[in-house]
Amino acid sequence: MRIGDFKETYAADEAVFRTPTVRFWLYLLGAAILVFPLLAGEYLIYMANITAVAVVGAVGLNLLTGCTGLISLGHAGFMGVGAYTSAILITKFGVPFILTLPLSGLMAALCGVIVGAPSLRMKGLYLCIATLAAQVILEFTFVHWESLTHGIRGLNVPAPTLFGLSLASGPVFYYVIMIVAAISVTASRNLFRTRVGRAFIAIRDRDISAQLMGISLFRYKLYAFALSSFFAGMAGCLMVNLLKVVTPEQYPLHLSIQYLAMIIVGGLGSILGSILGAIFMTIVPELLRSALGLFQGLDPQIMSYLFPLQTVIFGALIVGFLVFEPHGLAEMWRRAKAYFRLWPFEY
Amino acid sequence: MSAPILAVENLTLAFGGLNVLTDVGFAVQPGQIFAIIGPNGAGKTSIRNCIGGFYRPRQGRVLFEGQDISRVAPDRRAALGLARTFQNIALFRGMTVLDNIKLGRHAHLRTGLLPALAYWGPAKREELELRREVEETIIDFLEIEHIRNQPVASLAYGLQKRVELARALAMRPKVLLMDEPVAGMNSEETEDMARFILDIKEERDITIVMIEHDMHMIMDISDHVVVMNFGQKIADGTPEEVQHHPEVIKAYLGEPRPGPVPGQA
Repeated sequence: MRIGDFKETYAADEAVFRTPTVRFWLYLLGAAILVFPLLAGEYLIYMANITAVAVVGAVGLNLLTGCTGLISLGHAGFMGVGAYTSAILITKFGVPFILTLPLSGLMAALCGVIVGAPSLRMKGLYLCIATLAAQVILEFTFVHWESLTHGIRGLNVPAPTLFGLSLASGPVFYYVIMIVAAISVTASRNLFRTRVGRAFIAIRDRDISAQLMGISLFRYKLYAFALSSFFAGMAGCLMVNLLKVVTPEQYPLHLSIQYLAMIIVGGLGSILGSILGAIFMTIVPELLRSALGLFQGLDPQIMSYLFPLQTVIFGALIVGFLVFEPHGLAEMWRRAKAYFRLWPFEY
Repeated sequence: MSAPILAVENLTLAFGGLNVLTDVGFAVQPGQIFAIIGPNGAGKTSIRNCIGGFYRPRQGRVLFEGQDISRVAPDRRAALGLARTFQNIALFRGMTVLDNIKLGRHAHLRTGLLPALAYWGPAKREELELRREVEETIIDFLEIEHIRNQPVASLAYGLQKRVELARALAMRPKVLLMDEPVAGMNSEETEDMARFILDIKEERDITIVMIEHDMHMIMDISDHVVVMNFGQKIADGTPEEVQHHPEVIKAYLGEPRPGPVPGQA
């Protein structure tokens, strides 16, 4: 039960984590993330890595689609731009990994701005088709710009190093990914404490009156595209250095849709939702796979039936979310918290 | 009389062959509560849209503090000090009351994209100062402390109107254009709103131009009334003068003997 939540300064009331209890849980989470790789095996660390990369990507897409209301089917394309930028800079120019991280973000942001420029005139379905075109064009470029991308063979990247230290060994790269994820989440949370974030939401909710408040639609829509693709580019850069290879089929339209599903399941326009959605969409298929794997002993034949079932169950879960909780996991979390706020009393 | 803060001169507006406004002119003195009334279709909304910048008049000028703003874009007019509230509430429904009000100040804030991501130094100071000011000068003034953290969509109609007024005040306007501030309100909410309008005029040095149908409120609180009918100004004066003006009585009550309604032959 939470009582006595009174503040004496505006700064305390504007804080993101407003009570000692919340801050305690946050520190606990931070500690858990720190010690996790010491306890977990290779596979679990790998799962945590790709989940955190998905968090970076999902936070980026949610800024654009959830908060500013501009739907994008090109998110995977922008991730690909980041991945290729990093891979090319590392293999052809010998740029250290850590420098390619912001550079791939910037490159993706540049592409995002170019794609986003027509968004001033387009909304909803039309914008959806325009970003779909961007996705297709980017995929085409990855495949056919042979001299730069090596086509469908892709590019192999050496193990990343940081100040001469190899990041490949053990959990070191895990920490790099976690730090980037933490910075992304913090930065976008901060954004929504200021006028820039408010302008994004105003454009989503009612663009005409946003304009009357003196908000330049063009500038803020481009900001949203640039930021969103910047995060996508960084996610792509992390991904390529994690997998040590980049090929065009890693960033298909299917992945863009998967990112949209993440933010819908997690909660549109909610940063917590982006995190929860990314975790859900990455972990649940794996859990389903291992759960169905338990049946393998019964009959060797049975897996050929169960394997497709995995996709069906996953699809059903997403549909279930859309029907029963359209505001996503973040809303479920909020309601659970509200319930326990007064627990065990009713009023 | 001092120089008018807002003036409309020889305003003429036509859509195709339909004359919506014909040679309308009036002047609003600083510190006034200035009301524009008239039956449906009289041209009130067209005047408002010319002042707000959504319509370009065919002829005539709109002067704000002596400066011609007829060609200035709507968002620039907001920056000059012309704020407005809407007939159909135009709040940002997904946001809290507090964030809606803060949005009103958008044009006066300086934080750019990168400082916003860091929420550090000047960006943080600016936000905290804004929060303090919004709390102390607007939320407290309009008595909406209890709903400040609620999403706007969940509020009752009268409260939403009040939040919209709060957002307009946050724009630091010199002139506040109110479009039917009490439309659809019950008498208690109407009285509250009338009191707030009077307080705004007296405490904050803001000139109010309102378009309204509620005659009781108009006659009670306005300093000056313009009556419109069929796109023309038919009366202009204090509430008492206007109430006894023969044209106004004719427009609202009709003529004493049966006959065609003027202008609709």
